[in-house]
Amino acid sequence: MGKLRPRFLAPMLAAVALTVGVAACGGDGGTGTGTAASGAPAEKIKLTVALFSDFHYAPLYEEFKKTHPNVEIVERRAQFNDHHTNLITQLATGAGAADVVAVEGGYVGAFTPTPDKFHNLKDYGLDKRQSEYLDWKWQLGVSNDGSALLGLGTDVGGLAMCYRPDLFEKAGLPTARDEVSALWPTWDQYIETGKKFVAAKVEGAKFTDGPGEHFRAMVEQAPVGYYDEQYNVIAGTNPEVRKAYDMGVRIVDEGLSAKLAAFTPPWNTGIAKGTFATMVCPAWKTGTIKDQNPGEGAWDIAAVPGGGGNQGGTHLMLPKQGKHPKEAAELIDLLTSKESQIKLFKEASALPSLPALYDDPAVSEFVNPYFGNAPIGKIFTDAAKALKPQKVGPKAGDILKAFGDGLQRVEQGKQNPEEAWAQALKDVDRVK
Amino acid sequence: MATRAPDRPAAVASGEPVRPRRRLRRHLVHQLDVKGSPYAYVAPFFLLFSAFGLFPLAYTAWVSLHEWTLLADEHPFVGLDNFRTLLADDYFWNAAFNTLSIGVLSTAPQLLLAIWLAHLLNRPLRAQTFFRVTLLLPNVTSVVAVVVIFSQLFGRDFGMINWMLSWFGVGGVAWNEGVASSHAAISIMIMWRWTGYNALIFLAAMQAVPRELYEAATIDGAGSMTQLRRITIPMIKPTIVFVVITSTIGAMQVLAEPLLFGSYSPTGGVDRQYQTLALFIYENFVKLDFGYASAISWMMFVFIVVVAGVNYLLTRRTKGGLV
Repeated sequence: MGKLRPRFLAPMLAAVALTVGVAACGGDGGTGTGTAASGAPAEKIKLTVALFSDFHYAPLYEEFKKTHPNVEIVERRAQFNDHHTNLITQLATGAGAADVVAVEGGYVGAFTPTPDKFHNLKDYGLDKRQSEYLDWKWQLGVSNDGSALLGLGTDVGGLAMCYRPDLFEKAGLPTARDEVSALWPTWDQYIETGKKFVAAKVEGAKFTDGPGEHFRAMVEQAPVGYYDEQYNVIAGTNPEVRKAYDMGVRIVDEGLSAKLAAFTPPWNTGIAKGTFATMVCPAWKTGTIKDQNPGEGAWDIAAVPGGGGNQGGTHLMLPKQGKHPKEAAELIDLLTSKESQIKLFKEASALPSLPALYDDPAVSEFVNPYFGNAPIGKIFTDAAKALKPQKVGPKAGDILKAFGDGLQRVEQGKQNPEEAWAQALKDVDRVK
Repeated sequence: MATRAPDRPAAVASGEPVRPRRRLRRHLVHQLDVKGSPYAYVAPFFLLFSAFGLFPLAYTAWVSLHEWTLLADEHPFVGLDNFRTLLADDYFWNAAFNTLSIGVLSTAPQLLLAIWLAHLLNRPLRAQTFFRVTLLLPNVTSVVAVVVIFSQLFGRDFGMINWMLSWFGVGGVAWNEGVASSHAAISIMIMWRWTGYNALIFLAAMQAVPRELYEAATIDGAGSMTQLRRITIPMIKPTIVFVVITSTIGAMQVLAEPLLFGSYSPTGGVDRQYQTLALFIYENFVKLDFGYASAISWMMFVFIVVVAGVNYLLTRRTKGGLV
């Protein structure tokens, strides 16, 4: 559900498109019909819902139909990248978008600059939900100009640090997850731990996969990332970005890196064979690990350095093309309600975005046997709670790739850190 | 239209002059049939070609003169600005160099190998069809499958090729990191897919070479290699020219291999070390920067024409020619 594939096909390609094309096809939309429908309960309505994987919504649709017998719900699913590129094209050309669309965290910034492409959920009374939500999650769904509420959050992807107890034991480091978490409240301490790991000379294993994901986590933990409050790109001048970059360089310099870029096939193999001992781990990466079948208990989960974080998680939005915004708004209100989110957590391990649920025993006491009975409900929700909101601009994904590539050039010995930084800034200029 | 009617009675009334006129008309129709019909028969191709070949070519040229992003309302005319930017763009020249390098590395050994394979098969063999079909098999394999599997073979830590190299004391080559190593890896993937295909074309040409030439040469004491060099290659030169041109064009347009090699990334490696021109177009295309992508497309077109032309002249000038 909250899967984020940041490095791949131009996640932010929407941005150019939509920012420039605000006025392109805004057109008249079908606003009139929504309110009219309420007066005529007999009218048959079809709502389409476009998702990028199985969100386990089927039982919730049935629930919705009990109160809305005249509504038929059709779900469409597409592959992750395709889903979002389709949506961009549909909004641009003014046709073909579903009534309800899922937009993942990595893409949401591409759509918030163009509130005229979506129904304002405030018009349907959904701003009443604000107090229930994690603040940063709520803010992600607000348009850049702050005028409109475009999306309601579904799940979040709380951040943790996955580690291999077997390799930690060989290195003479503690293996219990609380002790491991205590090793690295900060990124500096994380690197110090890595140096101890290196000093122990564990055969065939490095301390971590590569610097890219650490860089990303650290930037996203900062109050300000690649964009300032007015959505200007400040990646080159923001000291937080440089700090994260220097931390990435240290990971390389200290020999902590296995030089494996995340989500590549060799990286998958590394997870299974244990060629690295730690990696930055959003909630949904537990699924990625399990897919590689490293064996039960091979990986465990500790807290992420730097205090919390998030990667991924989804919003539900209503494109302006939809003819029945009132019913669609009622549907997403139901899909994101407390009752639904707790059901989805049990059903699909989707981490709720409503902090009130974090004390629910179903969440707080949830353990995952594949990860040594790690209390993932608690670890990931703690991380999500600790995160501060940050302005995410339309091309954050491309900017991240520019820096990630730069760190890899350092790692591969092609450039020194200053050259790689300079080229990364040049690449950032090109995406602006 | 209505004015047509009075003509006819007038013609009938005149009586006599009808016949030569009718003959003339028949003659004209016949002429038209003989001269015009062939064009009508080939017209469907050219209509389709205009719609799907010529028009896009012209339209791309038009787009390349504008600042054109997909969803923008306005596409201001910027003249040759895109080309000016392009010629000053390091990444463009980098892609051009990579394309040429991968092109040479893949095409030259591939064609030599194909001629040699065809030569081996151009003799009475058991199970001829089996060998010929086998040659074509890599070509019908999906390019994605080929690249995915080769990427695994070229893996740094657990790849088979590095494992084999380790027997000789060469360790841990990171194939997709270096310029030379990544170009070599990609060239091998291209060769894997196309060598057999080209060998079959050469083989077809070789079979048209008169047997007597070989018999005479054998009597004169020429060995197999001499026969290949002195008879076969000169005799199939038109085919070689053709294959060189098509392979050159193919090599200049390589996209899938570098796109899928390592990780799926339109930059072709973190240092763009194996980004080809086609991939560079793709990168700008997915950014929806159609103006710039079109300009690159046109530059690539020019490149292909130049390189194919040079190759044509080179191959034609090579010595030989029995006839």
